[in-house]
Amino acid sequence: MNNVLKRLDKIITTYQGKKGSLIPLLQETQNELGFLSRETMEYLAEKMQIPAAEIFGVATFYSMFRLEPQGKHLIRVCKGTACHVSDADGIKKAVVDALQLAEDENTTSDRQFTVMEVACLGCCSLAPVIMIDDRTYGKLVPEAIPAILHQYISETSNE
Amino acid sequence: MNNIIVKVGLASCGVAAGAKEVYNALKQYLKENDKPVTLKKTACIGMCFEEPIVQFEGSELGSIHIGKARPETIISILEDYIAGKAPAENIILAEKLPSRHNDLLANQQRIVLRNCGIIDPECIEDYEARDGYKALQKALSMDRDAIIDEIKKSGLRGRGGAGFPTGVKWQLCAKEVSAKKYVICNADEGDPGAFMDRSTLEGDPHSVIEGMIIGAYAIGANEGYIYCRAEYPMALEHLKTAIAAAEKKNYLGKNILGSSFSFDLHIKEGAGAFVCGEETALMQSIEGKRGMPTLRPPYPAAKGLWGKPTNINNVETWANVPWIIMHSANEYRKYGTDKSPGTKVFALAGKIAGSGLIEVPMGIPLKDIIYKVGGGMKTSKPFKAVQMGGPSGGCIPAEKIDTIVDYDSITATGAIMGSGGMVVMDTGTCMVDVAKFFLNFTQNESCGKCTFCRIGTKRMLEILTRITEGKGELQDLNNLEELAENIIKGSLCGLGQTAPDPVLTTLRYFKDEYLAHIVDKRCPAGVCTALITYKIDPNKCIGCTLCARKCPVSCISGKVKQVHTIDLEKCIKCGACFDACKFEAVVKE
Repeated sequence: MNNVLKRLDKIITTYQGKKGSLIPLLQETQNELGFLSRETMEYLAEKMQIPAAEIFGVATFYSMFRLEPQGKHLIRVCKGTACHVSDADGIKKAVVDALQLAEDENTTSDRQFTVMEVACLGCCSLAPVIMIDDRTYGKLVPEAIPAILHQYISETSNE
Repeated sequence: MNNIIVKVGLASCGVAAGAKEVYNALKQYLKENDKPVTLKKTACIGMCFEEPIVQFEGSELGSIHIGKARPETIISILEDYIAGKAPAENIILAEKLPSRHNDLLANQQRIVLRNCGIIDPECIEDYEARDGYKALQKALSMDRDAIIDEIKKSGLRGRGGAGFPTGVKWQLCAKEVSAKKYVICNADEGDPGAFMDRSTLEGDPHSVIEGMIIGAYAIGANEGYIYCRAEYPMALEHLKTAIAAAEKKNYLGKNILGSSFSFDLHIKEGAGAFVCGEETALMQSIEGKRGMPTLRPPYPAAKGLWGKPTNINNVETWANVPWIIMHSANEYRKYGTDKSPGTKVFALAGKIAGSGLIEVPMGIPLKDIIYKVGGGMKTSKPFKAVQMGGPSGGCIPAEKIDTIVDYDSITATGAIMGSGGMVVMDTGTCMVDVAKFFLNFTQNESCGKCTFCRIGTKRMLEILTRITEGKGELQDLNNLEELAENIIKGSLCGLGQTAPDPVLTTLRYFKDEYLAHIVDKRCPAGVCTALITYKIDPNKCIGCTLCARKCPVSCISGKVKQVHTIDLEKCIKCGACFDACKFEAVVKE
C-alpha cells in the first residue's frame, strides 16, 4: 500500500493548487492504478482538500472513470448510429459469447477482458467497429470476433 | 530523375484498415533499396471507404492515389510508378490517368479540409508551405475590429450545429471589458455518426490553432483551451505536437511574432460525457466539475470560464477563420447561399457507398451529396432516409431528397444541420428502432439536472421499447407527442430541448411504420426481433441442410434434398439461417 500511496503522492504534487485539475488528476490516478477505489478517492480528498463527495460526484458523472477493477484488455464495442444500423448488437453478442460472460458481467473471471459499450468511436466509415485497448477493428462480422479475441487470449497464455 | 514522394494516410481510419502495415512495408523496402523516394505520412483525404490509401507523386504519371493498398502489393506498385508504368491496382484518384473517384472529389469544395490528406499533420513546415500562419501574420497587422468585421461580412455561422453568426459572437465578447478573457475550441464531438472534428484535428491541427490565435487576438483573450474527447487519442497527440511546434516558432506564447499580443493554448481531455458538448457544461468540465449545463444568460461572452468573458467555437468554425482572413470575406461568400455562406463538412456513414468525410458548398441538394459526392447506396436496397444532426436531429425521408442543404432548409424539414453527421439509411432500417436508438442515447447521456429530460426521455424510451416489442397501443403515439412537447419546454439545455426530435421527425414522416408495429404487430424493415418470423419457402428450398447445421438451437428439421421447416416455438430469431441460406429460401416476415 505504501508503494501505491507514494505513486499517488507524486501525481498529487503535479496538480496540487492548480485550478480545474480534478478531472486530469483522476484520469492520471486511474491510469496509474487501473481504477478509482473508495480508499483512493478518500485519500485524494484529504490531500487535495476537496470534499470526497465532490470527487465521487465527478468520478461517477463521466463514463471514463471506473470504480471497479477492470480486465487487462479493454474491449470497447461501438454503439454509434452507423454501427447500430450495421448490426453492432450482433457484434456485441459475439464478443460476449466468445468470452462466455454472463448477462450482468462485463469483466471475465480471469480479469483478462472487460467489455463496454461506447457511444461512438468516430470511425463510422468502418462500421461496425470495436476497439481493443488502442487498436481499432472495423468492418466486422460476428464470425470474425473469435479469431480477433484469440490473438489476445494466446498472447496472454504465452506469458 | 525527379524525387518521388509517397504518402501514406495514417489517420485513425487508415490505421484501423491496416495503413501502418503498408507504411512499414514501404519503409523496410526503402531502407534496403536505394531509390529516389521520400516516404511521408499524411492523414485522411476523406475517402475512408478506400482506406488504406497511398499517394504517389513526382513522376511523369502525375499524382495518383491507390485505394485499399496492401503491404503485399504496394512495393510492385511503387516500382511500376518509378518506372513510369501505370499501376494496375485500384487507382482512386489521379491527375492524368483514368481513376474511379475523381468525379466524387470534383463535386467537393475544400476550405476546412484544405490540407487534410495532403500535409503531414505533425510537421509544421508542411502547414507553413501551404500558406499556414500567413493569415495570422496578416491579422496581427490588422485592426482588431477589422478582423471581426471581416468575419461578420463572411457570414460564417457556428459549425457546431446551432449556426449562430460567428462574427457577432466574437463582437459580443470583444466588447466586454476584462483583463482576462478566454477562447475555447469545442472538440467534444459526441454525436454518434459524426467524425468531422476528429478528422480535421488529426489531419490539420494547425488550421484550428491558427484560427484560435486570430480569434483570441481579435477578442482580446490571452488564454485558450481545446476541449477534446479522450476517445480521440490520435487527435490529442497531433494537437500536442502542433501546439509545441507553434510555441517554438512563436505563433503561440509571449509577444507573438514580435507583436504585443501574447496567447497561451492548453488542451483539456474530456472524460466521456456527451452533455459536455453543450458550452456551459463544457466550461464546468474544464473547471473540473461535473459537466452540468447552467442557465443562460449570463452568456459565456459575458461570464464564461471561471466567470470571465469567453468565446467558444467548434473545430470546424475555427478552421474556417484563417482561410477567410487570408482570402477575404467576399471570396468566402462565393460559396454557399446568402444566409449560409461557405462550405460544410459532413461525415457520411451508414448504407452509403462512399462513406467518409466530404466538404461541399452550402446550398447543394441532399440528393447530390448522396449520389454525386457519396457515390450512391452501398447495397441494392433503395434509399429510405438520411439522419442529420445526431441525437438532436431528425430523419429526412426519401421524398425530401431534393432539399437544399443550408441551415434554414434543413431546419424546415424538422431535422437540423447539426455538426455534420449524415447517416444514410436504406429500406432495411427500421425507423422506430432508429428513434429508440437515439432516445436510448439521450436518456443515457442526460445529466439529470432537469426533471423532464431525466425522466421524460426514460418514459419515451419505455414506450418505444414497448412498440418495438409488439406491445404498443395507439394511445402511445399521443403520449409520445405530449411527452416530447413537455421535454422541449422543460429542459435547460440543447440536449433535452432536442432529445425528442428523432422521435418527432420519424413520427412525422414514417407514421405508417409506427402503426405497422402497433396495429399489425409487424416490423416492415424486418429489424425488431420480437415482430419478425423466419420461414422457409418450400419452392426455393433445395434441402442443402446448411441452415439446419447453422441453427444454434437446432429448431430446423428436414432431410437432405427435402424441404426444411423451422419450429417457430423453439426459434430464437437469431437470423443465422437467413444469413446462411444461399438460395434465398429463408424469408423474414
